[in-house]
Amino acid sequence: MTGPQNLLEIKNLCIEGRSGTSWSNIVNGIDLTLERGEVIGLIGESGAGKSTIGLAAMGFARDGCRISDGTILFDGIDLRAASVSARRKLRGNRIAYVAQSAAASFNPAYKLIDQYCEGPVLHGSMERDKAESDAIELYRRMQLPSPDEIGFRYPHQVSGGQLQRAMTAMAMACRPDLIVFDEPTTALDVTTQIEVLSAIRDIVGQFNTAAIYITHDLAVVAQMADRIKVLLRGEEVEESDTKTMLKTPKEEYTKSLWAVRTYARPEHPLQSTQETPVLSVENVSASYGDLQVLFDASFDIHRRQTVAVVGESGSGKSTAARVISGLLPPETGTVKFEGERLPPEYKRRSKNQLRQIQMIYQMADTALNPKHRIRELIGRPAELYLGLRGKALEERVRELLSLIELEPDEYIDRMPSELSGGQKQRIGIARALAAEPQVIICDEVTSALDQLVAEGILKLLDQIQDKFGLAYMFITHDLATVRSIADEVVVMKEGRVVETGPKTKMFTPPHHPYTELLLSSVPEMDASWLDRLLESRANKNVEK
Amino acid sequence: MGSVWKMVAHRLGLGLLTMFVISILIFGAIELLPGDLAEEILGQSATPETVAAFRKEIGLDKPPVTRYVEWLGNVVQGNLGRSLANGREISELIGSRLPNTLFLALYATVLAVPIALTLGILAALYRNTLFDRLINITTLTSISFPEFFLAYLLIFFLAQTGLFPSMSNIGPKMGLSGKIYNTFLPALTLTFVVTAHMMRMTRAAIVNLLASPYIEMAKLKGVSPLWVIVRHALPNAFAPIINVVALNLAYLITGVVVVEVVFVYPGLGQLMVDSVSKRDITVVQAVSLIFACAYILLNLTADVLSTLSNPRLIHKR
Repeated sequence: MTGPQNLLEIKNLCIEGRSGTSWSNIVNGIDLTLERGEVIGLIGESGAGKSTIGLAAMGFARDGCRISDGTILFDGIDLRAASVSARRKLRGNRIAYVAQSAAASFNPAYKLIDQYCEGPVLHGSMERDKAESDAIELYRRMQLPSPDEIGFRYPHQVSGGQLQRAMTAMAMACRPDLIVFDEPTTALDVTTQIEVLSAIRDIVGQFNTAAIYITHDLAVVAQMADRIKVLLRGEEVEESDTKTMLKTPKEEYTKSLWAVRTYARPEHPLQSTQETPVLSVENVSASYGDLQVLFDASFDIHRRQTVAVVGESGSGKSTAARVISGLLPPETGTVKFEGERLPPEYKRRSKNQLRQIQMIYQMADTALNPKHRIRELIGRPAELYLGLRGKALEERVRELLSLIELEPDEYIDRMPSELSGGQKQRIGIARALAAEPQVIICDEVTSALDQLVAEGILKLLDQIQDKFGLAYMFITHDLATVRSIADEVVVMKEGRVVETGPKTKMFTPPHHPYTELLLSSVPEMDASWLDRLLESRANKNVEK
Repeated sequence: MGSVWKMVAHRLGLGLLTMFVISILIFGAIELLPGDLAEEILGQSATPETVAAFRKEIGLDKPPVTRYVEWLGNVVQGNLGRSLANGREISELIGSRLPNTLFLALYATVLAVPIALTLGILAALYRNTLFDRLINITTLTSISFPEFFLAYLLIFFLAQTGLFPSMSNIGPKMGLSGKIYNTFLPALTLTFVVTAHMMRMTRAAIVNLLASPYIEMAKLKGVSPLWVIVRHALPNAFAPIINVVALNLAYLITGVVVVEVVFVYPGLGQLMVDSVSKRDITVVQAVSLIFACAYILLNLTADVLSTLSNPRLIHKR
């Protein structure tokens, strides 16, 4: 049965999750085999059971989950039958884990190198001194800046991309046979993602480590994995080697995943450049305390247009939104609505001025008051800004619910906790619409959503825009989203606007160097994309 | 580290301001008390003239603001004044009592803090088991009894049997071991009183962190459950724990009147109660100021220690 060549052999894995007092299946009969040095990609939307399976490969189940059936053989050791201490000896030692958010997964109380050394010292593979010099060596191999010194910093002193590489180094500390990568680059910017991906791939190759690479991003997994397994609600959809999977996916579901990125809305050409923009940001600079985050930023938003503001984290996109909404008064510069200057502080804006600019947030979870019913969430702005009461208010709420394609009778009295992520974001849209604004600021509204759900939200936003002639300021770091919905693009970097213009111009060369860097960093559905990119960048550096 | 000293200086400044406000409150509150020392000493049969003459003699006839300014001026110079009742230097009165109070507080702390932390850690480790509930019930029961009742229980079980003395006489000449032996029962009583609060905060602060990704990471590195809690959760839970410990310490210094009375222990609490009943205003004021000072200093220490326990606050980016 157990071929000695297979490092990991999972058969008929079933995992149950607890909801209240009952247990229900979240992973249903998954088989998975992995040879030494091989990388398998697990892909699927949230709720597909990817992470749960990855953790099960370490014989681990999160609180509220239990492995109910199946066998997990790691190098011939039955992880389900093994004693608790035997499993503990394997973890961190022969099987290691790299978590999604390195910032949250490093203990804030200890320096990076202390956390690196913990594993080797605990498992007895190295003395502390040896482990320290080993850490520095691996930091160097992971191409971390100043490897001799970076380990002696605390996690909060190191950037996200560097932390993610430090975490991969930490996983390597005991030279494991298998590493489980759980969405290691999902929280990173595209440009940072590339560095992390190539560092991970190099080190896994150097030590011939087998890996389970979990992600929801097809283009990423295509660069990393030898084989891909597609999962849906705890069941396997299909599995094959990466090339075959990309070229000829068999199942409809896989094809639908592949197709998401093709959505594009027709552009809305600008009526005339003479028209007063509905919103203009003029030479705005803003700071948080002593830290200046916006430098002389200017851009316009016209009626019926979607202006995508793109940039990496820390580029000042959200700060611009805060200035426009009056949450952060700028130090210099003005924000004009229909040619009229808005007071810098929201407190000094009139109710009508406030009504015109509404926001939709990234985390629909935290943006909705969990103690309010949908009726109140949507009804409140309609009541506040438009003075609707009683029956008229109820009518309006129902109308808005129909608009966002949620059945009014079914949803009007629900609590936010009774909605899915996509539905919550729809409520966020309805709440913004309830004020009947001219401009809606969408701050990364689809970043926390699965691709298929995100596409639904984008389509809905488009319909609404057509219907009411709204202007959108669409903040995002995802260039695929920009490609599908924007009319105008504003590229930001380190608090400055580096390029503005119509989308078509933005996506046709020649590009501004930074736009070029952003564009080329977006992973493509081609297994050799990363190699080609790294090669071309290396050549460029040589030319310089 | 420079920023830490800046913070300490800042907090000390605020502490002084608080002390000033408290001194006004103390003085004002005592002014509001019915009766004064003159009436108390001369008794009900005294004529208004004698009372007035006596007031004039001890300076009680001056307007309150003048008396307050005089008093504050003296206190700032380190002169707490004399007891109105027996004319002794207050600094002398307090000087003999304060070390006793501090000794008892320290004694109870040395017993209670390790017990509370250990129990809290164990309760977090075995959370939601019978053991956890047992610890919770026991500590809650002990905090729910009135202090004097606990004290009498201990006297009944430990003093009646002759193991420990029920009267905690201590003198300046007594050696440390004698002091420890003689004050064991009041210290134990106080330990029972303060343990529950600290233990429950320790448990709650740790359990709160157990869902953190870095705790899962530690488990996935093969760290044992006890070490996960002690090494990975506890250091991040220090801030709330330190604050609760400081509050309980302050209580041990200022709130142990009942226990001192039961064990006839010569501490500040007894001095305070005696002075209030004698309307010995100057002593009451001085002791209240010391209590306020203890609260402020302990809270300051707690703030500084919680800052030091958080690398994000002392190591800038």
